Amino acid sequence: MAEENVIRLLKGIHGRIYHGVDELAGPILIVKRVKDVSYGEVVRIVGEDGVERVGRVLEVGDSEAIIQVLGEEEGLTTKCLVKFTGSLFEIPVSDEVLGRIFNGRFEPLDKLPPIISGEKRNVYGSPINPCARVYPHEFIETGVSIIDGMFSLIRGQKLPLFSISGLPHNAIAAQIARGATVPGKEEEFAVVFGGVGLRSDEAKYFISQFRRSGSLERSVLIINLAEDPVMERLLTPRIALTVAEYLAFDLGYHVLVILTDMTNYCEALRELSAAREEVPGRGGYPGYMYSDLATIYERAGVIGDKSGSLTLMPILTMPGGDLRHPIPDLTGYITEGQILLSMELYSKGIYPPVDVLPSLSRLMKSGIGEGKTREDHRYVADQLYEAYSRGMKARDLAKIVGEIGLSPRMRRYLKFADEFERKFIRQGFYERRSIEETLDLAWEVLSIIPEEELVRIPKRLIEKYHPRHRGRGFE
Amino acid sequence: MRRVGPFIRRGVKVNALKRDVKWYFKPIVRKGDVLEPGSIIGFVRESKIIDHKIMLPPNVRGELVRIEEGEFKVDDVVAVVRDKKGVEHGIALMQEWPVRKPRPFKVKYPPREPLITGQRVIDTFFPIAKGGTACIPGAFGTGKTVTLQKIAMWSDSDIVIYIGCGERGNEMSEILTEFPRLIDPKSRVPIMERTIIIANTSNMPVAAREASIYMGITIAEYYRDQGYHVTLIADSTSRWAEALREISGRLEEMPVEEGFPAYLPDRLAEFYERAGLVKPLGKPERRGSVTIVGAVSPPGGDFNEPVTIHTLRFVGVMWALDPDLAYRRHFPAINWLKSFSQYAESLEEWWAKKHPDFPKYRRKALRLLSVASEIEAIASIVGESALPDDQRLILVSAEILKEGFLRQVALSGEDVFCRPEKQYLLLKLIMDFYDKAYILVRHGVPIDEITSLPSVYEIMRVKEDERGIEAIKELYNIVMNDLEKIIKKYEMEM
Repeated sequence: MAEENVIRLLKGIHGRIYHGVDELAGPILIVKRVKDVSYGEVVRIVGEDGVERVGRVLEVGDSEAIIQVLGEEEGLTTKCLVKFTGSLFEIPVSDEVLGRIFNGRFEPLDKLPPIISGEKRNVYGSPINPCARVYPHEFIETGVSIIDGMFSLIRGQKLPLFSISGLPHNAIAAQIARGATVPGKEEEFAVVFGGVGLRSDEAKYFISQFRRSGSLERSVLIINLAEDPVMERLLTPRIALTVAEYLAFDLGYHVLVILTDMTNYCEALRELSAAREEVPGRGGYPGYMYSDLATIYERAGVIGDKSGSLTLMPILTMPGGDLRHPIPDLTGYITEGQILLSMELYSKGIYPPVDVLPSLSRLMKSGIGEGKTREDHRYVADQLYEAYSRGMKARDLAKIVGEIGLSPRMRRYLKFADEFERKFIRQGFYERRSIEETLDLAWEVLSIIPEEELVRIPKRLIEKYHPRHRGRGFE
Repeated sequence: MRRVGPFIRRGVKVNALKRDVKWYFKPIVRKGDVLEPGSIIGFVRESKIIDHKIMLPPNVRGELVRIEEGEFKVDDVVAVVRDKKGVEHGIALMQEWPVRKPRPFKVKYPPREPLITGQRVIDTFFPIAKGGTACIPGAFGTGKTVTLQKIAMWSDSDIVIYIGCGERGNEMSEILTEFPRLIDPKSRVPIMERTIIIANTSNMPVAAREASIYMGITIAEYYRDQGYHVTLIADSTSRWAEALREISGRLEEMPVEEGFPAYLPDRLAEFYERAGLVKPLGKPERRGSVTIVGAVSPPGGDFNEPVTIHTLRFVGVMWALDPDLAYRRHFPAINWLKSFSQYAESLEEWWAKKHPDFPKYRRKALRLLSVASEIEAIASIVGESALPDDQRLILVSAEILKEGFLRQVALSGEDVFCRPEKQYLLLKLIMDFYDKAYILVRHGVPIDEITSLPSVYEIMRVKEDERGIEAIKELYNIVMNDLEKIIKKYEMEM
């Protein structure tokens, strides 16, 4: 391979070229005696084989740079050429991204030409000024009763799904992406999907779900497969969010971003941190994982003078099903609530198996109520929650003393918990319930409990909505 | 923001105080006066309720040789002071102070007066004093931020400084939209007029996060020196400690527990020690206080971790948040068995001045809760119906106390702020009900006879009744009458 050839290849890009590297260890290159290199800078590497690769500066020392190669590193030798482009990792943005599928380097996977646009954005983004934010207050109807009724999703919110390997979190995400609308509004709506370290069958599932529901033309899929380089897992969510920010804040779309599986992202972060020989924190994850995750999740929001919004629903599988594991723990401290899935409910045949007690939507209170959903929504949700938590307590007790040993009152709560799971939580994959239907169903289940025990609902609302007062009893 | 757009880009620099706004300065001292450091020389109307006192910096003393009244920008010289050596110092409306150095004061007093937050579980059971320190540890979803926001909104402080330290951007925007709308019941102006917000969201640089806490406490001390009662809220100190850890890691210092630097306890102590009720420097004599309330976010909700452990050594109050309560939507989810307040005893005197039997009721209620938790443990094995009636009454009364007194979730209306008098009456209602019902049960009245009274369920709701104290007094009579009726029915002699 003639060197002129290589130089010709690199000529197109502005920057300084270095001949040969000093060390090559896996995907890490070390170049010594370099000048004016910046942290995070994009590097182009051409090996002796003539193949061009992209890399990123991981660390800059005193006249030394450590580079991470993105993509295939096989075939590289120390004799390769390295070019520092002087720019950070940027992607072109355009409205043509809708309906497209890309990989974790933003290269097309759908055999269509790459995006060409004069405008480029740094994938790391910038923090939104808190004064420019609008507090999220618009309810999104997902069509899933348990989410709409008790853990409402609000535009501009970041609400994660905490799952366990083997549970149908992907199906729930697909159902939400399919069903999400704002009641009474017809607006530009888009879904950006970021798949981080997906298995190829999972990737195929999502692509076919988007195709089948006809929502592909208003979606963008960024897919990093499990076999793709680790470094790209760090870029995938950021590319997805950069695209989403452009759609939301430049073009005025209401964007729902789904990132799955963020556990793979955190594993990648740990792997690279170990490669850089940093002091590890809890569980070997780097001490800055909180800040790093925040730079992803905090990009959700609504901005005052922009018409669009960015809503984020990350999915992560809790390692070992443990909520206290650093990944779900740190995520929960950043996000505005969490929806937990439960193995126990799923094995009972209940889909979606949402574990009600530890789940929460922090922004719910601002997006529901009169004029948004219905005046009784907040109180009903509170009462359902309270009654279900009593029911769970009764169920625990019944395991020890038997149902016979329970007081009649406790037995009623036990019955409530069963009915609540069977009627309210359980829902078909293709079944879509409006918020009205959801709330009416909630009242139907609540009518198992004597009226005077509904202490969390004001009397006038009981008189207005309770099935007994509306002329339809439960039985 | 107008120039750079809604995103914070690199390299943008803005002065914290606007340099082009003019303020009207009114002096209160005269030429020729000899002034001590920290003396007030005049004031500026900062907002509708805050008179911003202009003081000599703590390191300047001497004779006033010139002072002017009129409109000035913050960096204009309004007065000149000549010290003993004959050096002249220009005094501007603003002064600079290194944030890591505590501002000096004359005397520090033990805190004696409560900071009324309007939250029953805090004011009645685990009160904080003006000039005290508190921490509120809890896992995510237990309502740290909501509790802190309520303190920021309703506590009877003159100034509130809210540091969002590595927290959510939307929470900051919530404060920015809510606070200008909420009207302070005492002064009738929006509470934003007395609030200072320091926003460092979690995606901003860690070095700024580390500095934000010091910036907040220095501003707090500055207003304290003017004679105000300042409440500083830091949400969350764990993020600050993590920023210390991250910086320490980058400096390649030797880590100790969980990667935190060895000086973490020192830094925490330094921070909480800056709280206090003090007599500031200079004339006229005045009192000011800084109360610190710090949130702690322990990983996994496990309090056995360095930041929580060390913080607990330096604070006077702990409001321990409990995920089990939060799972029952019992907010504020402050666990009554694990929390403590070292100010409780000295503040009981303040309560006893108005309601002499308040301390008695408070202690009784705490005992009831602790006995109830033991009985609950038994009930979870043998079942509630297997318990004797007097124990079931304890459970029912504790339930009423939890639902009708401790739980306070209202976002608006009567129950957002509960005045001390109402707290007292509610507590009296519940405890007197318990006492009377206990005698009945002891005389063989079946518990179901008592629990089937509709007025018993009313006790749980009366806190939200819009008629306030009147409704409680009315219900008190109804409940007592109902119990009397049962006494008559069983023809008991009391």
